[in-house]
Amino acid sequence: MAYLQLRGIEKFFGEHRAIKGIDLTIEQGEFIVFVGPSGCGKSTLLRLIAGLESIDGGTLMLDGRDITDQPSSKRDLAMVFQSYALYPHMSVYENMSFALKLAKVDKQVIDEKVQNAARILNLTQYLQRTPKELSGGQRQRVAIGRAIVRAPKVFLFDEPLSNLDAALRGQTRVEIAKLHRDLGATTIYVTHDQVEAMTLADRVVVLRDGQIEQVGSPLELYDRPANQFVAQFIGTPQMNVVPYAQLPAPVQQLAPQAATGGAVGLRPECVAVRAGALAGQGGVASGQVELVEALGAETLIYVRTTQGAQVVARQSERTGLQAGDAVALDIAAEHAHWFDSAGRVVAPAVAAAA
Amino acid sequence: MNRRLLPRLLLTPAVATLFLWMIVPLVMTIYFSFIRYNLMQPDQSGFVGLENFEYFVTDPSFGTAVVNTLLLLGSVILITVVLGVAIALLINEPFPGRGIVRVLLISPFFVMPTVNALMWKNMMMNPIYGVLAQVWIFFGAQPVDWLTDHPLFSVIVMVAWQWLPFATLIFMTALQSMNHEQLEAARMDGANYLQQLRYLYVPHLARSVAVVVMIELIFLLSIFAEIYTTTAGGPGDASTNVTFLIFKQALLNFDAGVASAGALFAVVLANIAAVFLIRMVGKNLDK
Amino acid sequence: MTARRRSKFPLGLLALRTAVAWGVALLLVFPLAWLFLTAFKTELQAIAVPPLFVFTPTLENFHEVQERSDYLLYAKNSVITSVLSTLVGLMLAAPAAYAMAFFKGKHTKDILMWMLSTKMMPAVGALVPIYVLAQKSHLLDTQLALIIVFALSNLPIMVWMLYSHFKDIPHEILEAARMDGATLWQEVRLVLLPLGMGGLASTGLLCLVLSWNEAFWSLNLSAAKAGTLATLIASYSSPEGLFWAKLSAASLMAIAPIVVFGWFSQKQLVQGLTFGAVK
Repeated sequence: MAYLQLRGIEKFFGEHRAIKGIDLTIEQGEFIVFVGPSGCGKSTLLRLIAGLESIDGGTLMLDGRDITDQPSSKRDLAMVFQSYALYPHMSVYENMSFALKLAKVDKQVIDEKVQNAARILNLTQYLQRTPKELSGGQRQRVAIGRAIVRAPKVFLFDEPLSNLDAALRGQTRVEIAKLHRDLGATTIYVTHDQVEAMTLADRVVVLRDGQIEQVGSPLELYDRPANQFVAQFIGTPQMNVVPYAQLPAPVQQLAPQAATGGAVGLRPECVAVRAGALAGQGGVASGQVELVEALGAETLIYVRTTQGAQVVARQSERTGLQAGDAVALDIAAEHAHWFDSAGRVVAPAVAAAA
Repeated sequence: MNRRLLPRLLLTPAVATLFLWMIVPLVMTIYFSFIRYNLMQPDQSGFVGLENFEYFVTDPSFGTAVVNTLLLLGSVILITVVLGVAIALLINEPFPGRGIVRVLLISPFFVMPTVNALMWKNMMMNPIYGVLAQVWIFFGAQPVDWLTDHPLFSVIVMVAWQWLPFATLIFMTALQSMNHEQLEAARMDGANYLQQLRYLYVPHLARSVAVVVMIELIFLLSIFAEIYTTTAGGPGDASTNVTFLIFKQALLNFDAGVASAGALFAVVLANIAAVFLIRMVGKNLDK
Repeated sequence: MTARRRSKFPLGLLALRTAVAWGVALLLVFPLAWLFLTAFKTELQAIAVPPLFVFTPTLENFHEVQERSDYLLYAKNSVITSVLSTLVGLMLAAPAAYAMAFFKGKHTKDILMWMLSTKMMPAVGALVPIYVLAQKSHLLDTQLALIIVFALSNLPIMVWMLYSHFKDIPHEILEAARMDGATLWQEVRLVLLPLGMGGLASTGLLCLVLSWNEAFWSLNLSAAKAGTLATLIASYSSPEGLFWAKLSAASLMAIAPIVVFGWFSQKQLVQGLTFGAVK
């Protein structure tokens, strides 16, 4: 049984405390995604787990074994690098068999495993090529193949899709999800793209400034963010966060005590837009349309309220509204997330968005 | 594997040997410069204070040597930079046979200095059989005995010939790293070639010119083989530079004390140029 | 294809450029070409007035030079001292460059700059002490002395160049090897060395060229026994004109391989001798 436990993990770069005491438990077979803005420490944390950087504080246990001070070569982990890091002077076959050769595995067995992995990843006809002769997508598959062949305890992925173009990214994302389903391997995946996080993860770890902001399943994070940061990080377009001061009086009265001086969060799909500025007719705020983005399957309407707040509304119907039109905004109060002045959630949305 | 110990261990051989290579001669030179020491009579006799320095500086050839050194440095640097830039600009654009031309232009730098010296002395500059003499006769002029009548100039020619490829190569490299888009924008803005030169090429080359000047300052200070092989510093001291003067003191007069005093002088000179060069290199390392 | 020039006669400019460039190149290389030609002349032809451009080439000079036993000795010395000093230099420089490229510390840059600065000191500054040391340890006129001096003179440049090459190897490839289970030694042997081989070769080549051409120490520390070709050629600076053809042949043999090597190491030369200050 492979499970990974991080306890109080710390990392210093000179005086700077990059990782500030991380506690995390990962079950076997889970697909965990580390997500967060640049500089949040997600790659550093991954490298600490991999053994490519030394852990300055805390312990790391893998399958009951303390690997805190073990070198990378002894941790039984495999990593897929952002730049793929293939060995340029070796063929695809040699790249994939390198680790097994080092482990002095029998040649027959190596061949079986490599052929098998190549088949899964559609690399069989490229086995004799060198990395130079491959496209970006192919190289990435070789990098994944190199990891699969080893059947490690945990797979580590460091932003593997960021060097691919958009079309390939979507495709490869699906393939990675399928791979995980078929192999059932424990995986830690680092990305700054929250779409990847939402679609691939069993659980998402949101990091900021070297600390965990929240851990949970993608939908948990979406419906019940623990603070403003997570709320705005997850979900596209970003959740509307309107400071208390810019709310119309009736809405302010709905706020819980602790949210005074804080803000309210509303997902774009929880904001409805109605033509006509008559606030009294059921709309809680009035404003002017700034921009309409018609995406086909859905429409985004950017409105600036009379209190000066900018709000995005999302609806699946087409709209006849145009920039400059006066509109009324309607919100579903039970979908509002209330934040205090420090950004912590005071009252989460009562109902999950429909 | 201890990740802090390993790099230190790996660095030690190189650092230690270089340190010794730097310190030991330096300390010894300083020591020698304050004592009387004749290499033929290796029994050193006592401290003589600043006498060696005085002796070196008041040597009748000292002034000439310094002037010669400055002339040598200045002329070679001037020739190599000006011609180097010109040639680099010339071959910056493609033309038939460019590859071969590059190879030809670079060759002189790899010729051994002593071969270089003798080649010029015998083939080119000999007043009777040399090629230059023939050319002079062809134009009806009296051939010049270069090494006798213009010894320093002859050395300058030899050295400049050898170092021109170095400068050219560096400027060629620098030109290749020019931003093409900038050039195209300038062209679209209506700049003609001279204007492009002034506003784009020259500023870009300024940095490599600085580097070439500093490197040549450092290395040309030590010009020795050419002088040794052709003029032996003469006639008299007409082509003696500081390096040769020190050599004369050390291995012709066997006066290690005075030679060491002179060597310190040369080291100080070199240090001045080195300080600037180090700063430039340091800036580059940060990139 | 030439870039479009804002001139009425683009072809004319190209022709002019070609002519001038070739003219300059031929002019500059003329002394070398003359040396080359003279090596194949007889002595009488060599001092012919006016100078001969057309003649029947002969190889007698090369034969005669090679027959002189001391030529071979000097040539052997040149080969041994250059090759061995290059090897010694590589052995000292490679680990240091590796350490600095892959274990970058607070002081890495300072150490590198210090190393480069030692190269900037004029050789003449160390002439007396080195001479005295060599004299006292009976190493005057020995290959060993030259090997040590050449290696140490070129060491800063070699460290610098190997460092640049190693830095160009993406460190993630080495990390991948580590993740694949390689020990440090395996990492070096199976991944770093193959990838760094090009850098090692070109650095070695440059050092070879520099050592071969080295004249200052050769002239001062060696003579009849360990003298290199540089020393030999210098000893022919007598004013007689009767053996120019042979001198040319000897010179040609002394410089030809290095000039060829030099063509291959142009880029390294720029990198190495400018300490990377020019990209």
